[in-house]
Amino acid sequence: MNGIHDLGGMDGLGPVAREENEPVFHEEWERRMFALFISAFAGGHFNVDQFRHAIEKMDPVHYLESSYYEHWLAAIEDILIADGSITEAELQARMAELAKEAT
Amino acid sequence: MSHDHDHGSSMSDTALRVKALESLLSEKGLVDTQAMDELVETYEHKIGPRNGAEVVAKAWTDPAYKERLLKDATAAIAELGYSGVQGEDMVVVENTPDVHNLVVCTLCSCYPWPTLGLPPVWYKSAPYRSRVVRDPRGVLEEFGVDLPAGKQVRVWDSNAELRYLVLPERPAGTESMSEEELAGLVSRDSMIGTAVVEKPAG
Repeated sequence: MNGIHDLGGMDGLGPVAREENEPVFHEEWERRMFALFISAFAGGHFNVDQFRHAIEKMDPVHYLESSYYEHWLAAIEDILIADGSITEAELQARMAELAKEAT
Repeated sequence: MSHDHDHGSSMSDTALRVKALESLLSEKGLVDTQAMDELVETYEHKIGPRNGAEVVAKAWTDPAYKERLLKDATAAIAELGYSGVQGEDMVVVENTPDVHNLVVCTLCSCYPWPTLGLPPVWYKSAPYRSRVVRDPRGVLEEFGVDLPAGKQVRVWDSNAELRYLVLPERPAGTESMSEEELAGLVSRDSMIGTAVVEKPAG
């Protein structure tokens, strides 16, 4: 499938920004996202092709504006909602609960 | 295309979504949060470019190992115990006086986790993935690598099935160094190909 993920050779995306002594993870949610992905993958909820396909289907603007682990989040949500493991409504409800707890 | 993510509100929304997802999946018994903690610990502190550096130093000091490594990298790396997720099929490409190798994953961010750990942000970024196949020398210059004009540059595009590791050139003047000391010279970037291994100062 061609799409925005097929970046090889594209012009105009700017210089490569590097970070000295870059940490493995920049945010706590990245740690959890990484581990969620590996756990769900190891649990057989999807294979690598399904996962990549889910990333490649992302909205191109969102794809370019979001980070690597945000791509993972979008893909895993897409897969788990499609296979009925969770629903968007459940996710929204849990987010609302957690947001309330946090305040 | 800006690639920074300092939109406070969207970040916290992302964090909240991840938290809600973990909470739901754990409640349904689809993931085990304790196992998740262990995964984070492993990839944050135990698996990293020191593993790959060990492979490189062994190849530099043991010609028979180097031969095995270039012939069947997956098996040779497994001899040192660095196998596993995202390193199932490995190819090692050797830098020589005539050829410099450089690794990218233009389609996503495939990277040899067991030998290098998780990739840095720049490796996963749109600018690196788009440009390195078109202007590798320009990208190398940004990384401070100035190759002689006659040296050939080969760019290897990784994929979900196959991951590359660069075997950098051993710097001159390191003949008396031990395998362990040599491993200490090998940077992560030199095994991606965006750096060369420098002779130690002094």
